[in-house]
Amino acid sequence: MNSNVNSNKNDKPILEVRDLHVRFDTVDGVIYAVNGVSFDLYPGETLGVVGESGSGKSVTMMSLLRLIPEPPGRIVSGTARFRSREDDLDLLQLNMRQRAKIRGNRIGFIFQDPMSSLNPLITIGEQIKESLERHTKWRGPEARQRVVELLEHVGIPDPDARYGNYPHQFSGGMRQRVMIAIAIACDPDIIIADEPTTALDVTVQAQIVDLTRRLSEELGIAVIWISHDLGVVAGIAERVMVMYGGTVVETGVVDDLYAHPRHPYTVGLLGALPKLHENVPELVNISGTPPSLFAAPSRCPFEPRCPWAFKTCRERRPALESVQRDGHFSACWYDMEKDKPREVRR
Amino acid sequence: MSTTQPYVSVRNLKQHFPITRGVIISRKVGAVRAVDDISFDIPAGETLGLVGESGCGKSTTGRSILRLYEPTAGTVMIGNTDITTLSPEALREKRSEMQMIFQDSYSSLNPRHSVAKIVAEPLVIRGERDQGKLRRRVEELLDLVGLEPDHMKRFPHEFSGGQRQRIGIARALALNPKFVVCDEPISALDVAIQAQVVNLLVRLQKDLGLTYLFIAHDLSMVRHISHRIAVMYLGRIMELATYDELFRNPLHPYTQSLMSAVPIPEPKVEKSRTRLLLEGDVPSPSRPPRGCVFSTRCPFATDRCRQEIPQPRELTSGHFIACHNVDDPEVSPRINESRIAIVQSLEDASTGGPDRTFAMATGAAAPGAAAPGES
Repeated sequence: MNSNVNSNKNDKPILEVRDLHVRFDTVDGVIYAVNGVSFDLYPGETLGVVGESGSGKSVTMMSLLRLIPEPPGRIVSGTARFRSREDDLDLLQLNMRQRAKIRGNRIGFIFQDPMSSLNPLITIGEQIKESLERHTKWRGPEARQRVVELLEHVGIPDPDARYGNYPHQFSGGMRQRVMIAIAIACDPDIIIADEPTTALDVTVQAQIVDLTRRLSEELGIAVIWISHDLGVVAGIAERVMVMYGGTVVETGVVDDLYAHPRHPYTVGLLGALPKLHENVPELVNISGTPPSLFAAPSRCPFEPRCPWAFKTCRERRPALESVQRDGHFSACWYDMEKDKPREVRR
Repeated sequence: MSTTQPYVSVRNLKQHFPITRGVIISRKVGAVRAVDDISFDIPAGETLGLVGESGCGKSTTGRSILRLYEPTAGTVMIGNTDITTLSPEALREKRSEMQMIFQDSYSSLNPRHSVAKIVAEPLVIRGERDQGKLRRRVEELLDLVGLEPDHMKRFPHEFSGGQRQRIGIARALALNPKFVVCDEPISALDVAIQAQVVNLLVRLQKDLGLTYLFIAHDLSMVRHISHRIAVMYLGRIMELATYDELFRNPLHPYTQSLMSAVPIPEPKVEKSRTRLLLEGDVPSPSRPPRGCVFSTRCPFATDRCRQEIPQPRELTSGHFIACHNVDDPEVSPRINESRIAIVQSLEDASTGGPDRTFAMATGAAAPGAAAPGES
């Protein structure tokens, strides 16, 4: 990315990812899961990452802390500069011990399925305390008191009594609240939330989105919110990054990107969503299927499904370029602002 | 309930599952009231959307109606036959008229069977042995759902989620059914693919005159396919109305909270809209609250709600609601206030929208893609 796409321009990004490439070696061949992803995350902001399954959105974020299985996964190249009050380091160059100090401490995680992320044999309270005792100076009764505070903070009624409960005694929404309590336990700089509400009902989802937004504001934590739901992202993110075929195809401030999408995939995605209050005879189809990731991308990954596609799209891969709107970038050979193909410099 | 003759008519359907204790001498210690006294009609050629959160009994309703479970009580009329009293032989005969599309296309398609075998299986069960005929019918069906004839020889794992759902649809249509229960057919799919499958189902309904019961947990997609929508909570129907009526005039507090929780892809609206946020979780259907099942979470609940079960009543023509308070002089002004605020923020959302659409690229005025400012 060639510019500062930021909401608070005075700050330096807390996380700067540049040209990340991740591949998976499988018996069927090499999967090119992430192909040159770059982005910035600023302190305290919420970045929404949108894309369909297989677009590389989770792999990108998991790779940052080496949470993908290696092998078959392989981080081929890239840098991820993490800059906080105490640290200034490249996450991808850390050894195991250094990584363990960052994971769950400076960078917290919330996963889609809280049931499989919590240990069913250990009480909720002990699981949160474990994270505290590993990364902070809290010990014994003080740590326990802090855990109860955390449970209360994430909206669990009667936290003192719930400390000794096991995960199965909690509902899906409550479990996700516990995951959030673990994520914020060590007062992290960043939380990466990987589809945290996908498995929940809409009314519970609204509660969790509400809670995350409130905590992020109160505690000044930067959040990376991964989701396939443009509606949820609209409600929580300040900036959005749209991914397709292992690349970032568009990024911008949320209001601007939703009102003025400049990449055909985003245009299609927004058009495919039904509106609650509008009656349309037929929803927009993005015809065709997501791209195969078995080859290194040599052209625009969206070209086969794109109604704007022309010759250049089949020959060269577009890079993210400014679309003449503030902080808004799109990787497309077609200039939607001018409604004609972009001039290509050879 | 409707001027046209209903094709499906459900009355006082109950589906309770016993809770038993004891290994050798099993005794009943309670019941899960998955579906508790529900009634509705579906006119021929229409779709009833059945919406609710997980565990509210919507899938159980779909299964009971097809008598995949033996209903505890009630009648289910499908095309003038009460299927709850049919003998097993007669029921089997009737089954070709009523089919089901499942949510999980992984587990509902046999991974060891080719697509041809999967789609032809209903025909084979009905006694068709002529290989030529079977082949022609499978080709016809695959074409109908937008798959290629040479997909026949492939196996389920070679297809994407959306394509597998199309195979499931082709199989459901093999016997020319009149009534199809769609049990969350799009919930597991990506947004762009959801639109493809919904469009397909709408087209098939028009072409083949199908009647659907469309089960979903997401109001926005249901709105697109349904003529009328029933909102379920803990085994009971809370509100039932045409979609226009329901979205203009959501009267039940639960409908209001569902509608205000559906995320809207409009950042300004989504961040500032009025919500009726519910607290807590759905109670267990084995120990439903006394009185109105929603009373434990309803912000408007009164003592009467906690004592007396509200029966569904037709408040205005075709708009059914099970709530004591919608016309209660004390409480109804507050419910109405909340309704106005919620509907208003939804209307705000429909004025915006992206300034570029696919229709602009193809030049043609593609249906449903009319963008503001485009002539």
